[in-house]
Amino acid sequence: MLPSASLIHLQDFAKEIRKKTLYTIGNLGVGHIGGALSIVELLALLYEQEMHVDAKNPNWEDRDLLVLSKGHAGPALYATLALKGFFPLSELDTLNQGGTNLPSHCDRTKTPGIDMSTGSLGQGLSSACGLALAKRLDHKNVYVYAVIGDGESQEGQNWEAAMFASQYKLDHLIAFTDYNKMQIDGNTEDIMGLGDIVGKWETFGWFTQRIDGHDLEAMHQAVENAKAQQGKPSMIILDTIKGKGAAFCEGKVTNHNMNFDLTIANEAIAQLG
Amino acid sequence: METKEMRAVYCDTLIDLAKTNEKIMVVEADLMRASGTMKFKDIFPERAIDVGVAEANMVGVSAGLSAGGKIPFAATFGCFASRRVFDQFFISANYAKLNVKLVGTDPGISAAFNGGTHMPFEDIGMMKLIPNLTILEPSDPISLEALLRACAEHEGCTYMRLHRKAIAPLYKEDEKFALGKGNVLRDGNDVTLIALGAILVPEALKASEMLQKEGISAAVIDMHTVKPLDEELVLAYAKKTRGIVTAENHQVSGGLGASIASFLSKEHPTRMAMVGINDEFGQVGTQTWLQNYYKLTAEEIALQAKSLLK
Repeated sequence: MLPSASLIHLQDFAKEIRKKTLYTIGNLGVGHIGGALSIVELLALLYEQEMHVDAKNPNWEDRDLLVLSKGHAGPALYATLALKGFFPLSELDTLNQGGTNLPSHCDRTKTPGIDMSTGSLGQGLSSACGLALAKRLDHKNVYVYAVIGDGESQEGQNWEAAMFASQYKLDHLIAFTDYNKMQIDGNTEDIMGLGDIVGKWETFGWFTQRIDGHDLEAMHQAVENAKAQQGKPSMIILDTIKGKGAAFCEGKVTNHNMNFDLTIANEAIAQLG
Repeated sequence: METKEMRAVYCDTLIDLAKTNEKIMVVEADLMRASGTMKFKDIFPERAIDVGVAEANMVGVSAGLSAGGKIPFAATFGCFASRRVFDQFFISANYAKLNVKLVGTDPGISAAFNGGTHMPFEDIGMMKLIPNLTILEPSDPISLEALLRACAEHEGCTYMRLHRKAIAPLYKEDEKFALGKGNVLRDGNDVTLIALGAILVPEALKASEMLQKEGISAAVIDMHTVKPLDEELVLAYAKKTRGIVTAENHQVSGGLGASIASFLSKEHPTRMAMVGINDEFGQVGTQTWLQNYYKLTAEEIALQAKSLLK
């Protein structure tokens, strides 16, 4: 259990990430708002509670690592990293501008705190497997976290990586599926449904849990359960809402990559209180 | 050095490198027996990773290993190392500026009995489009060992075509090799033969001997590194001789010949002929039959050289 003060603190941090994400994309005028907002609570938990990272030393060898395989959610991670002090908050104004350190999709060569370049969907889980294996060979007791999307789960390479992580017993790999039930062309169920997604991961040999991806306490407990596993990688299926927390886009199938300006963003930010 | 299986040289060199560099790893996709790396696995079981029949994951895992500080040598047949995993290698390894050493075995007609599905005539062309990628194809056991060591030291991704079979040495043990620097095997004044790989470099040497008998002095260059191209050497021989014939076990469009033609058209327009595959798919056959069918022979190189000098 998280102490209630910690829970309140995490909820506040998540709210700040949500606000900065809305601001960053609204300031630009267009972006992947839906799938950014659906992972805000996860990012708050990871960077404020679970991961050992050092904003002053982003390449610290003993840090925990995150591969955000759904790289288009980069702006939510940039907001998180800026709030953690990896770079100035003012850099959020440069999203997608020529020469920026904050491109639409995550780039390990540009942004302090980004551990892997992603954006071509389906590739991140394999990279996370390699990272987890490299750290184990070096006897580093660190965790590698990975986040894949539900639409992204349709990419076959994920399932190659799923077999690999299980075969190589990567128990310091903790992955999440952002199951927000939507993808660009519509509801995931109508396009290419994931079916028994818990059963799929379990059959591939993963310790699998399914919880509310906006419930910080439940996610913390799930990460604790995952860390207690030995000899198995962990998948945590997060039931989330695409566009969570912003009335203009929450739950709308059009929110994958959406146009909205700062006025709309500021209204949503004000409603968050 | 005696005639040696190239894959044995590949494995033995990696084992030797791995003894002093704990970052060196081998990654395979159910072709360890073909690549000849089982011995590496016997000595360094934890550093030999077999992902099963899953080439995309092989490249992705290699990218992750590299991000974790390792130097993975990932090998599969050249057709899969290029066509099947182009985006994984492009994004997860190269765009991410990591250090993945990808090896495509059985280049071109050396795929022989595996036939058209397994016969890469286009891998160099695809790889050339990846910014900053170093691309090479050693021609004999001596150059393979030296260039493999150079790849391990090089910071950044590489793509190496590896002929697996036994090849007679072309070089003396003390020959020096560097990535991006071609080796002049024979000097000459009339025409220059610039060749690539374990099949065409020996053919170019034979062609040079054939031409010699007809009073034509043909230089032979082993251009083992296609990218970055040794422009200095190309320019020197474009100026020194009256024409250049390129020879490669690959499509001429997109291959070594195209790189040299593109460079010389700007710097020193030169009469050229290109021996290689001309917009055709691969097919089954013995290597000798395929070599004759696609005209990857000393006779063809000599013929092209003579027509240039007319």
